Amino acid sequence: MRLKFTPIAIHTVLLTYTAIALLPIALIIANAFKSRRAIFTDPLALPGPDSFSLRGFAKVLAVSDFELYFINSLTVTLVTLALVLLFAAMAAWALSEYAFRGRLFIGLVFAVGIMVPIRLGTVSILELMVALDLTNTLTALILVYTAQSLPLAIFILTEFIAQIPKDLKDAARCDGVSEIHIFFAIIVPLIRPAIATVAIFVMVPIWNDLWFPLILSPGEDTQTITLGVQQFIGQYVTDWNAVLASLTLAILPILALYLLLSRQLVRGLTAGAVK
Amino acid sequence: MTPKSATLPLLTFFIAPAFLIYAVFSVYPLISTMVLSTYDTDAAGGHSFIGFGNFTTLLTDDAWSGPFWNALTNNAVFFAIHMAVQNPVGIVLAGLLSLPRLRGRHTYRTLIFLPTMLSVVIVGFIWQLILSPLWGVSEGLLSAVGLGDWFAPWLGQEETALITLSLLSVWQFVGIPMILIYAALLNIPEDLTEAAQVDGIGHFRIFWHIKLPLIAPTVALVSILTYVGNFNAFDIVYAVKGAIAGPNFATDILGTFFYRTFFGFQLQQGSPTMGATVATVMFAVILIGVMIYLALMQRRVQRHAF
Repeated sequence: MRLKFTPIAIHTVLLTYTAIALLPIALIIANAFKSRRAIFTDPLALPGPDSFSLRGFAKVLAVSDFELYFINSLTVTLVTLALVLLFAAMAAWALSEYAFRGRLFIGLVFAVGIMVPIRLGTVSILELMVALDLTNTLTALILVYTAQSLPLAIFILTEFIAQIPKDLKDAARCDGVSEIHIFFAIIVPLIRPAIATVAIFVMVPIWNDLWFPLILSPGEDTQTITLGVQQFIGQYVTDWNAVLASLTLAILPILALYLLLSRQLVRGLTAGAVK
Repeated sequence: MTPKSATLPLLTFFIAPAFLIYAVFSVYPLISTMVLSTYDTDAAGGHSFIGFGNFTTLLTDDAWSGPFWNALTNNAVFFAIHMAVQNPVGIVLAGLLSLPRLRGRHTYRTLIFLPTMLSVVIVGFIWQLILSPLWGVSEGLLSAVGLGDWFAPWLGQEETALITLSLLSVWQFVGIPMILIYAALLNIPEDLTEAAQVDGIGHFRIFWHIKLPLIAPTVALVSILTYVGNFNAFDIVYAVKGAIAGPNFATDILGTFFYRTFFGFQLQQGSPTMGATVATVMFAVILIGVMIYLALMQRRVQRHAF
């Protein structure tokens, strides 16, 4: 038997899978804008003049602090990203540029962190945070997420720094520029293209994480969007308008950001993967 | 590039921030958890050293071994379904996307990857609603294609809940094998496939006999990433079924078992030392997988070197 790959057959398969990937999400978003009656009588219809309703959103915004959850998630994600980019770039530079005793050891210790999930240390992380009086703070999340993200970021950035031409550094060294200055003035601008790759590997898991917010900072003031939605739905599970609206509020920002940046994001992902 | 020598203050300046944060909040807790697994918690909350006693309890005590083996078996099923569905579907999609002269490949790639970007919790809730018999969307859709009788509350039944949950996770994460394998396929030099194309060999045979063996390392990488991710999973079960992982623990995996052991639930008090024990066992399970992966990779590299 010889399989025929006609363009029509290929597009049929790809379109079918695209529909499988998107329809569930579209269904949730479309129904979030409908009245309770319409959600149940005609779930597959788009919201029309008769069925349009924002009651769910009004409820969500009235009874829960979605803006706060959103700001919390944004703070944690962006502060972590900044710390990871700075510290990982510095460490990656030192590990790839200088010869020193213990280089291999430090490199290996970081490498282990790429494969071993930090979650397995949760019992001690919680004890540590209690001892440091950091429970129910965003700082606790930022510290754990920074520790979680550093190994992979260092790995990606080391590969990237290794490709920087030697001449650039040597020219600066001949001019008597200090090593710290070489790093910040020459190397940092050059690794900017790698930032997209690092950013996607760092930000997405943090934004989406439930485990550490649930355990380290479940307090009302420090809930992230993922935990906030989880708790909200647990509480209002029978209010379909509110549940659909809260899911939509959680999906839309990511959706907008993803579609806006998808080219760079997917390119960053494949670039990281090839290494 | 020959590495330069550097002074200790300079090295400290560059490496210390990353190393300190990583050591204190990742390495230390991991080691400390393993140490804690050799201690017992008394009624007052104090700890006393008992060696491997907790592990004996976990593996042999009736109250512990049943739930533990149940969670481990369920987790193995969870992983097996990912390997059997997620990765083959990812490979097929990547293979189609990498076909020459395909229109709209960027759009397909972007859209199919979309669910992977969402939070596992959100995905869990989305499907919980869609599969809910209360809403009836899935039943309606199945009826439309004449399969209305097939519908059952899959997430609620003991026999089907775990498979359904696994498939939800597969649905979300198909994008990862797809994108990694797609990238690997694009990196295959064209001259390797050109000769076959000139000979009039079809795309399918070129893919199966030439490209697939070349991307075997990426398939192995995807497999180990799936393995580590699956044996560390928690969010999907917690979001859809809660920490109790119902019905009747049918969807309990190591992550939820760990959470319940550590924090306790209605039927049992939480215990940090038993929690640490479960975490250490999870660590061992993950380590075994990583070791097998590294050994296979090593063999492959050696075979190519000679």
